[in-house]
Amino acid sequence: MMEHLPALMIAVPLFGAFTAPLFKKHYREVSIWTIIITGITVVLSLLLAKEVVTGGIMVYVFGADKPTLVLPSGYSVPIRIMFEVDAMSVFMAISATLMSFIGALYSYSHVERETGLEKYYALLMLLEVGILGMVLTGDLFNLFVFLEIAGIAGSALVGFRNYRGEASEAGIKYLMVSSVASLMVLFAVGILYGQYGNLNLAYIAKNVSFNMVDMIALGLLFTSFAMKCGAVPMHYWVPDAYTEVPAGINPPLLVATYASLYALFRVSFTLFANVVIDLARVGWIMSILGVLTMFIGVTMALVQKDVKRLMSYHAISQTGYMLLGVGVGLTVLHDPSKLAEFGRDAMAGGVFHIINHIIYKSLLLMTAGALFYVTGTRNLNEMGGLARKMPITAISFMVGAAAISGLPPFNGFASKLLIYETSYRLNPLLTVFAMVTSVLTLASFVKVFASAFLGPPLEKFENTREVPKPMIIAMVILAALCILFGLFPNLVLDKLVYPAVDALINFAQYHSWGGLA
Amino acid sequence: MSFTLTTPSGFWNPLLWLIFLVLFGIIAYLIYSRGNPSYKKNTEQIKPYLSGNPEPTKEKVQVKAGDIYWGFIEALKEYYKVLQAIHTGDMRDYILWYLGIGAIITFILIGGV
Repeated sequence: MMEHLPALMIAVPLFGAFTAPLFKKHYREVSIWTIIITGITVVLSLLLAKEVVTGGIMVYVFGADKPTLVLPSGYSVPIRIMFEVDAMSVFMAISATLMSFIGALYSYSHVERETGLEKYYALLMLLEVGILGMVLTGDLFNLFVFLEIAGIAGSALVGFRNYRGEASEAGIKYLMVSSVASLMVLFAVGILYGQYGNLNLAYIAKNVSFNMVDMIALGLLFTSFAMKCGAVPMHYWVPDAYTEVPAGINPPLLVATYASLYALFRVSFTLFANVVIDLARVGWIMSILGVLTMFIGVTMALVQKDVKRLMSYHAISQTGYMLLGVGVGLTVLHDPSKLAEFGRDAMAGGVFHIINHIIYKSLLLMTAGALFYVTGTRNLNEMGGLARKMPITAISFMVGAAAISGLPPFNGFASKLLIYETSYRLNPLLTVFAMVTSVLTLASFVKVFASAFLGPPLEKFENTREVPKPMIIAMVILAALCILFGLFPNLVLDKLVYPAVDALINFAQYHSWGGLA
Repeated sequence: MSFTLTTPSGFWNPLLWLIFLVLFGIIAYLIYSRGNPSYKKNTEQIKPYLSGNPEPTKEKVQVKAGDIYWGFIEALKEYYKVLQAIHTGDMRDYILWYLGIGAIITFILIGGV
């Protein structure tokens, strides 16, 4: 049973997605069905994590006599589609399953007034399939296929409220951006397949010769995944999509964005890890993109009046921290002394920030969804005095805002501390930008808190009440995680983050399919 | 289980931080408790004095989100002019930025810089 876990991770939500349309017009039942399916995937991802942490890289070859048969007798190259699951994949898989579960739980009440919910939940589970496939696969073409699945499901969900013109527009924009990025990924995969006659990630990584055509493939992959993860100046689709998508989809959509960031790391560390000279260049490009992303994201957020749009710009800004942390690590990857001194910790900061950000940004977007649910508006100018009416939402918002601003002892602080300290060692200017961004983030969330929750109670919100229980439970779980991850950063770093970072650094393990060939 | 996170240049212990937070909370409470004892809730004392003018409605006195950080935005007007100009919302521009950045990155990677 355990050896089939990687396949089950895809099969279970896929089964859930295909059976969801059978619940047509039974909206409560389809919501509960989705909560059960996504709950099962959380358990499966935790089991998978246990297997990988104790036994090392897990390989699953589809259609082989044995799931671990990488090279059939007489073959020197892998011929079948395979999943290769290391600690980094597991780290992302846990994020994906947890956020899909939280999203399903929150959606139970949040979208109850909408119609066509069997399609909504089917798409939610398909989005989860797409993300999980992207982070578990060891095959480049497979990566493209799952990128497409996540992109199509994501864009349909962004445009789900199609009675709103803005939602339809945002959905089409997301679809176009995803299609262009996917097309270029496919083009790069074609280039590599043409040269090496194989699509297996580890096989190509071992044989890649770093000629000009390979570098063009790297450029295409790097830019496409950078756009999909919302790096500045290719971030324009992010505020459109995050603002219009129902708040219950925000958590899995965030993870879908970071699945592209994962793909960017996978390409840079695993596929092209042996490029000694150019890798430092790639690291610097990543770090500079990171600084630009964080600063432009936060300054744009500061002037927004739409609460979800403001938070969407912050999502862009926080992606910059991850790019900076991992970029610093990538710059010194082939310098053992610097890697040991600060490179590994920089990457740990960047990777830790992924899960931290997924947690607190999902929480903040859910509180924005709760404000929209009760007030019917996202315009901050029209809100005020809601803390008395919605105390749990207000407290959850405060926790999320403190976490994203890097205030101790919440989770954002620990990852930002690692990024500040290590980026300083590469270039102090990088740290200055990172710290100024944090100050502006806090300023921006003070604005949201003051205008939405504080101030005198407004007459028009006299009959306003706190949001329904499922939405509260989803927010409270995430707020609790913000506090727990902040109080026990060591636990998360040792059990999840450092194994993921080491999996990226020790690419030779991945190249040998975990020692199987 | 250790609370201390060791970083390349120091350490971070959330437990110690919480202890200090409680300590400073107590000091703040002591200062607060020595406040004006003549203050009474729900009396004339809580009403703002506006030179004898009637108090405006709550909607009118609320500081709107658009007014917060007005000075900051005014000081960076030129910077925001550029930022707003590039955020067109036009799909064609999104793709053009992607192509432009892709070309620059590929150029750097193939050794052009």
